Amino acid sequence: MSDPQTLPGRTYPPAPPYQVGREAVRAFAAAVQAVHPAHHDVAAARALGHADVVAPPTFAVVVAQRAEAAVVADPEAGIDFSRVVHADERFVHHRPIVAGDELTGTVRIHAVKELGGNRMVTTVTEITDADGAPVADVTSTLLVRGEES
Amino acid sequence: MGEPTAVRPVLAELEKGQAIGSRRVPLTRADLVAYAAASGDHNPIHWNQAFAESVGLPGVIAHGMLTMGVAVQLVTDWAGDPGAVVDYQTRFTAMVPVEDTTGRISEDGAPAPGAVLEVSGAVGAVDAAAGTVRIDLTVNDPAQDRPRVLTKAQAVVRLAAPQKTEEERA
Repeated sequence: MSDPQTLPGRTYPPAPPYQVGREAVRAFAAAVQAVHPAHHDVAAARALGHADVVAPPTFAVVVAQRAEAAVVADPEAGIDFSRVVHADERFVHHRPIVAGDELTGTVRIHAVKELGGNRMVTTVTEITDADGAPVADVTSTLLVRGEES
Repeated sequence: MGEPTAVRPVLAELEKGQAIGSRRVPLTRADLVAYAAASGDHNPIHWNQAFAESVGLPGVIAHGMLTMGVAVQLVTDWAGDPGAVVDYQTRFTAMVPVEDTTGRISEDGAPAPGAVLEVSGAVGAVDAAAGTVRIDLTVNDPAQDRPRVLTKAQAVVRLAAPQKTEEERA
């Protein structure tokens, strides 16, 4: 592991664009037991003013985790995935994600804290659409357990 | 599972502490496999007993993101529009072990759950100027010694357009 103070601000190249498909939205909605018709039925989504079926609030994790893979792969970030516990997660939506979106996630390390031999790594992934407009900001903290714990 | 409410909540009628409802969320090993496929998180601690035990876990545990994802459905259905949830955060404070009940059926005919989460929500704050309400969720796994699996689980829901400032009105 490198000096944690050099890590905050480090930005990684964006993951390849993610194409949001209707069946992916429906499958994710079914997996989180989301029964609202706007997730499944195009007409119901449009009746609420959305362009297509709406992704559940936590769907952005699919895009974020693809971007976060770059941090996990960075040896200097010190994330041993066999020792990782998910500590917290936050989604700030600038607009809902809908089928048809092409999303790009760009991740940066926001903060690194050392606590009793453990390391807390907080990343922020900014998700933008094909026009470059902001869609969602995903903040995620991983707790990496120290070798002795 | 409750059906989505036909009548959408009105911001001016809400006050801090008001309950928005509660529900029980059953989880099976099959649900964890479905979430792994839908989310792309294929970590074997969420579907392989031997692997989970080999890394010191009591057994297969639910994805934290699955718990977070199912809990917010109470808010989505209450709000009447899943696109109205503009901010959603939580801390993960306890694991949710999911017992292997594969092939077992409950008395009601549904697959026997390997864990059952109890989710309830209440108004935490109303921001009239922003047009939003914050719903605070309580998410417990009553089978655990430390039942509170999510902490500071808060969803901000937009129910009205933001009020314009003096400068914007001028």
